[in-house]
Amino acid sequence: MSTLLQHLINGLSLGAIYALIALGYTLVFGILRLFNFAHGDIFMAAAFAAMFVGGALTTTQAPGLIPLLLTLVFAMSVAAVLGLAVERFAYRPLRGQPRINLLIISVGVSLLLENLGQAIFGPTPRLFPELLTETTFSALADSGLLVSNLDLTVLGCSLGLMLALEWLVHRSRWGRAMRATAHSHDGARLLGIPVDTVIALTFAVGSALAAAAAVLYGMKYPRVDPLMGVIPGLKAFIAAVLGGIGNLRGAVVGGLLLGLAETLVSAYGASTWRDALAFGLLIGVLLIKPQGLLGNNRVEKV
Amino acid sequence: MRAWILSLGLVALLSGCSKPIDDSVIRVGEYGALTGDIATFGQSTHEGLVLAIEEINLAGGIAGKQLKLITEDDRGKPEEAATVVQKLISHDKVHALIGEVASSNSLAAAPNAQRAKIPMISPSSTNPKVTQQGDYIFRVCFIDPFQGKVMAKFATETLKAKTAAVLRDQKSDYSMGLADVFKAEFSAMGGTVVEDKSYVAGDVDFKAQLTAIRDKKPDVLFVPGYYNEVGLIAKQARQAGLKQPLLGGDGWESHELLKIGGAALEGCYFSNHSAPDSVEPAVRNFVKKYEDRYKKEPGALAMLGYDAGMVLADALKRAKSLRGPDLRDAIAATKDFVGVTGKLTIDADRNAVKSAVVLKISKGQIHYLATVNP
Repeated sequence: MSTLLQHLINGLSLGAIYALIALGYTLVFGILRLFNFAHGDIFMAAAFAAMFVGGALTTTQAPGLIPLLLTLVFAMSVAAVLGLAVERFAYRPLRGQPRINLLIISVGVSLLLENLGQAIFGPTPRLFPELLTETTFSALADSGLLVSNLDLTVLGCSLGLMLALEWLVHRSRWGRAMRATAHSHDGARLLGIPVDTVIALTFAVGSALAAAAAVLYGMKYPRVDPLMGVIPGLKAFIAAVLGGIGNLRGAVVGGLLLGLAETLVSAYGASTWRDALAFGLLIGVLLIKPQGLLGNNRVEKV
Repeated sequence: MRAWILSLGLVALLSGCSKPIDDSVIRVGEYGALTGDIATFGQSTHEGLVLAIEEINLAGGIAGKQLKLITEDDRGKPEEAATVVQKLISHDKVHALIGEVASSNSLAAAPNAQRAKIPMISPSSTNPKVTQQGDYIFRVCFIDPFQGKVMAKFATETLKAKTAAVLRDQKSDYSMGLADVFKAEFSAMGGTVVEDKSYVAGDVDFKAQLTAIRDKKPDVLFVPGYYNEVGLIAKQARQAGLKQPLLGGDGWESHELLKIGGAALEGCYFSNHSAPDSVEPAVRNFVKKYEDRYKKEPGALAMLGYDAGMVLADALKRAKSLRGPDLRDAIAATKDFVGVTGKLTIDADRNAVKSAVVLKISKGQIHYLATVNP
């Protein structure tokens, strides 16, 4: 019993990271109808930013909450700027063109970032600095159920950022503008909403979420390399589709479900099946419930 | 007119490909992971090999000919290894090949060397299948059946382990082979393997497998992987509440291992080709040369890289000519060669017969514990 609980905790803490990345995917999809395949690579760039600044911070002071928060803020800012740049120079010039062009460009941007990363940083994995000294404690006395402060930080940060995003999208003026833009670019423009600015903001927010995920990921799995964004990016994409792409709550549910499913497969089956399961889920969802678990059943206009 | 210029250009291009061969040197092709997931393997080996080549050249080369080392980076990927070896053979026209560390990469490249009849010496691929690729493929290290036996024996006799769990890398020929041997030997010695889990190289999350292993309460955990994953596995094992010692093979050999795993690796053991803190005069001599040159301590892979170069030089001296078949016969005749990783003899299967050492990690350092003879 306690083993199953342990697996659930491990799965949740992996799923929370998927959920954070999936939120960025779904946010951009909601507003542009674009699968932004460069999202995982922004995650990678943010991990490198966090590694450098986190490493510099922890050489002068002990690991703790302050270096963690500073690293988070820095990585999120870098990623937001990178997201803005990608939007401005790769996606905006294509606005109004068929969506397939955008999709192809996003694959191009993804490859560009990956190869730039390899050219600048080299393909050798590097060590992510220790931002928080890890302590593990028993959750229930003598049950063997172990929780580490890292897992709690990951869950806490993810939850906080999800709530903040929920507030931004559903309670703030900018959120209303985002939702209006998602509904119809032309309609929003008629109402005086600066559509380009709103789209840029969406990219900045989505990229910042990916950066937060990158910092948490780096703390949990201290290894940074230029291709580290590929698999988490794909997994988050699956999570977003699983939950219903374009739906924020769906992204969270999809991310958590995927994390749990992968952990349970590795635990009770073979880890070789883990990625197969993830992609199998994607195919299954697309076949049976293409709009995803929480997606609304919208008829695509062709 | 334009067709003329084009064809002229084409001729120039083609002739550029078949550049005149410089016969005053002996070309040695090296391929290895200078970058990528297992970059420290390729770099250490390269540094050791460079020392050997320089030493031979300084002493006048082989029959008046200098050795020329041509190195290619395969980024630790099997498909790249096959490509760069083909390039070394057909473009650089090397006389002999040295590489790789990872068995999967040696296995990918060996058929190319065999087809071209260019002798290849792997410094440190331990999977038995490597030299089975053909009669031109050699190695200067021991093989996994021996290494697995050493660790199984160490677990049973020294650590008095009755039960063991295995966590293997599904994608690596090295890890799969070593895990199988350990399992068979440990069972044959009266132990029980209570759990056998796997991961895939490049994974970062091992919590699920480790939690499953923890439940079976094994006395030891055998992790025959490469240092990048092993470091993370050790960390997560301690997080998952596994306090048992981790055991491994020579894939642990890297100064990166302790950087990644840190305190989680305290009290863990692995088998290796040699110990940097050995008191053997040959080793001390090599360590000094290496430290003078690179300002750091050599690992076993640097020693094997050096030995691979020296075994090749020894064979070159004895070979009737520089042609592949003659050089092959000379390498195959290597007997009681004294290298820095011990005395070695090439057997009929083109493997090196030599001893292994068991190393212990304590207080953030790797220490020599025991030598095991074949």
